[in-house]
Amino acid sequence: MDELTKMVRDYVIKEYLEEGDEREVTETTPLISGGIVDSFSMVSLKRFLERKCSIKIPDDDATPQAFDTVQSIVALVRRFQQVPV
Amino acid sequence: MAFDDAVRNSYQADIQAIKAAGLFKEERYIHSPQHSEIEVEFPLGSGLRKCINVCANNYLGLSSHPDVIAAAHAGLDSRGYGMSSVRFICGTQDMHRELEHRLTAFLGAEDTLLFPSCMDANAGFFEACLNERDVMIADRLVHASIIDGMRLCKAMQDTFKHSDMEHLEEKLIEHQDKRLRMIVTDGVFSMDGDTAKLDRIVELAEKYNAMVFLDDSHATGFIGRTGRGTHEHCGVLGKIDVITTTLGKALGGASGGCVSGRRELVEMCRQRARPYLFSNAVAPVIVAGALKVMDLITASTDRRDKLEWNARYWRGLLKEAGFDIKEGDSPIVPVMLYDAKLAQDFARDLFDEGVYAVGFFFPVVPKGQARIRTQMSAAHEKHHLDSAIAAFRKVGRKHGILGLSKKELIAMCAV
Repeated sequence: MDELTKMVRDYVIKEYLEEGDEREVTETTPLISGGIVDSFSMVSLKRFLERKCSIKIPDDDATPQAFDTVQSIVALVRRFQQVPV
Repeated sequence: MAFDDAVRNSYQADIQAIKAAGLFKEERYIHSPQHSEIEVEFPLGSGLRKCINVCANNYLGLSSHPDVIAAAHAGLDSRGYGMSSVRFICGTQDMHRELEHRLTAFLGAEDTLLFPSCMDANAGFFEACLNERDVMIADRLVHASIIDGMRLCKAMQDTFKHSDMEHLEEKLIEHQDKRLRMIVTDGVFSMDGDTAKLDRIVELAEKYNAMVFLDDSHATGFIGRTGRGTHEHCGVLGKIDVITTTLGKALGGASGGCVSGRRELVEMCRQRARPYLFSNAVAPVIVAGALKVMDLITASTDRRDKLEWNARYWRGLLKEAGFDIKEGDSPIVPVMLYDAKLAQDFARDLFDEGVYAVGFFFPVVPKGQARIRTQMSAAHEKHHLDSAIAAFRKVGRKHGILGLSKKELIAMCAV
């Protein structure tokens, strides 16, 4: 697991799992459709990524689909890391 | 565009998908006034079944109280049926303002504005009072109407884990660069029945210069020693900046809601809140009934005291029978079943035994957290609860769940 993937996964676990929640979060675990992250709480994840990765994710790209797995989030971040802020 | 076959088929497919997901909701027709015992027609066309109702928001049993009904009749006779106007054109009667003053005094606020419902109060408040320089930090289990209201507002949205004060503090620190911070919470959480840690929230709000928004719909009238609400229960009366609440639950159960709080925030709602500006005034008959409710709940705490007793007794009965319930001290007592199908089957079997309760499952509650939400009322007598628990025991035995722990229940349903 590369550094970016680990950072995203760790954040999801810390930010969204309640204490005692033993659900496993892998790179492909459905986060939004799986009920771990609700679309309303997705905002903090977007802001975290923008701050940590020095990127700007337009609201139109911050879709529930794009945020549905650690893998898709990492792909989204990589896409915008190539765009000058 | 005409509503042609393609459009119709598309909607029918959506409805089928809702059914296939087990999320289809059906109404049951009640042929009696709202009370502890009701007469229900279900399924449609069947004979009437007399049931003990354990799922109404009729906390104080005032929905069908004779004094409230008489006051509503008098209001209808003296002030008419409808206003045919929004408040600021020609829809405000003296009674509306009187009720707002009564609510202000009761809630320990500075001013109050009535809305058609608390859903409308929540939908309108945020946009009227906050802008893109501000942030709203909400408990993750706040009511859906608050989420809708926050979505209509340009202020940044953030959330904290349910009742997790350390997480809230982190968020408050993170958002110190914002012009205004508003902590958003329910008083009593409608699905879990637990109570917000309002004393800690107020402490953090003072430390980090934030306002506090409280939706006390499941508390006004009965939580706290004199029923003022969660802020009274937590010892922070007068320290909450905004309280939204409803007339549609303990306070008579008809309809209507309000924003109550700091004078300037209430005034901003009067000037800008769209559900207030663009909906009719609350009907005179409801205002008259609500004024009588205010008389009753300020004259005596007997009803909230009885409700408190009923809730404690009911929790004890469920525990003794071996059900897994959510801890708390409110009249909302969720019986945890975890599995959506089990919750639906359980509710159906209870109905067959003469108890009206409803199963709740995703998306109303998180996945794997299905439950029967029971709600106590001051209208319940001890014999109602004794009969209801007999039905719960019988259905619990049928499904083999009595005495099972959370893990065992989940494992049983997974098989």
